[in-house]
Amino acid sequence: MVEWSEQERTIITSIFASLDYEDIGPKALSRCLIVYPWTQRYFGAFGNLYNAEAIKTNPNIAAHGIKVLHGLDRAVKNMDNIKATYAELSVLHSEKLHVDPDNFKLLSDCLTIVIAAKMGSSFTPEIQATWQKFLAVVVSALGRQYH
Amino acid sequence: MSLTDKDKAAVKALWAKISKSADAIGADALSRMLSVYPQTKTYFSHWPDLSPGSAPVKAHGKKVMGGVALAVSKIDDLTNGLLELSERHAFQMRVDPANFKILSHCILVVVATMFPKDFTPEAHVALDKFLSAAALALSERYR
Repeated sequence: MVEWSEQERTIITSIFASLDYEDIGPKALSRCLIVYPWTQRYFGAFGNLYNAEAIKTNPNIAAHGIKVLHGLDRAVKNMDNIKATYAELSVLHSEKLHVDPDNFKLLSDCLTIVIAAKMGSSFTPEIQATWQKFLAVVVSALGRQYH
Repeated sequence: MSLTDKDKAAVKALWAKISKSADAIGADALSRMLSVYPQTKTYFSHWPDLSPGSAPVKAHGKKVMGGVALAVSKIDDLTNGLLELSERHAFQMRVDPANFKILSHCILVVVATMFPKDFTPEAHVALDKFLSAAALALSERYR
């Protein structure tokens, strides 16, 4: 089981408490599709992804980005059992969506960059460490049920 | 994933905006690397102070960004341009090349915090490709 200090819990809950999902979600997902274009393979049905501008203005991608970001809420509410919390979502990503789990890290890196850009200097090294620890646990849980 | 002319132009344009802050970027990136990836501290056991913003961290951050500046200037031939640095990393410092990815990520995070408007997705992909290419050139002489 993952150990969380009081300080780490506070850091994570406070980032999510002030998170603008409608802004950050679309930015993180569209950045992932632009920076790591092979991730577009999972979004064939989402419409025009032809160039960066198209991706940034695609409403389906924006909506999906918000959905994915809200997917993290479960982890925030269940920090002591993220692995069990995501068992079902892990099966979904493996069996139904067929997503290569390496992609989870790519999206999580883009989310980190978008949060860093929003928070500026208040995204201190300590906060970055906690944030990345949190995302690493989520990523691991999401990959857990692959076989 | 080699650098296209568009990538090189984007890197040079971004570098023009951020290079004045190179020392600060280097210090912050290195501080973050040591905090977020504590295993990287193993390379600096000879420093008296590994805390974020300490004197050795700042000095070394400046040196590292000097290397990035060199890479920008040699962007058309990174392998040859970084040959000497590669030899030093391979034979003297013996840094595991996996760490280049870690430091690159920290540089990207710092650029995002300091230049949020300039670090667009387009600038991000170009800089990420460039840092990967530079890391590859740095690994050239390892074996």
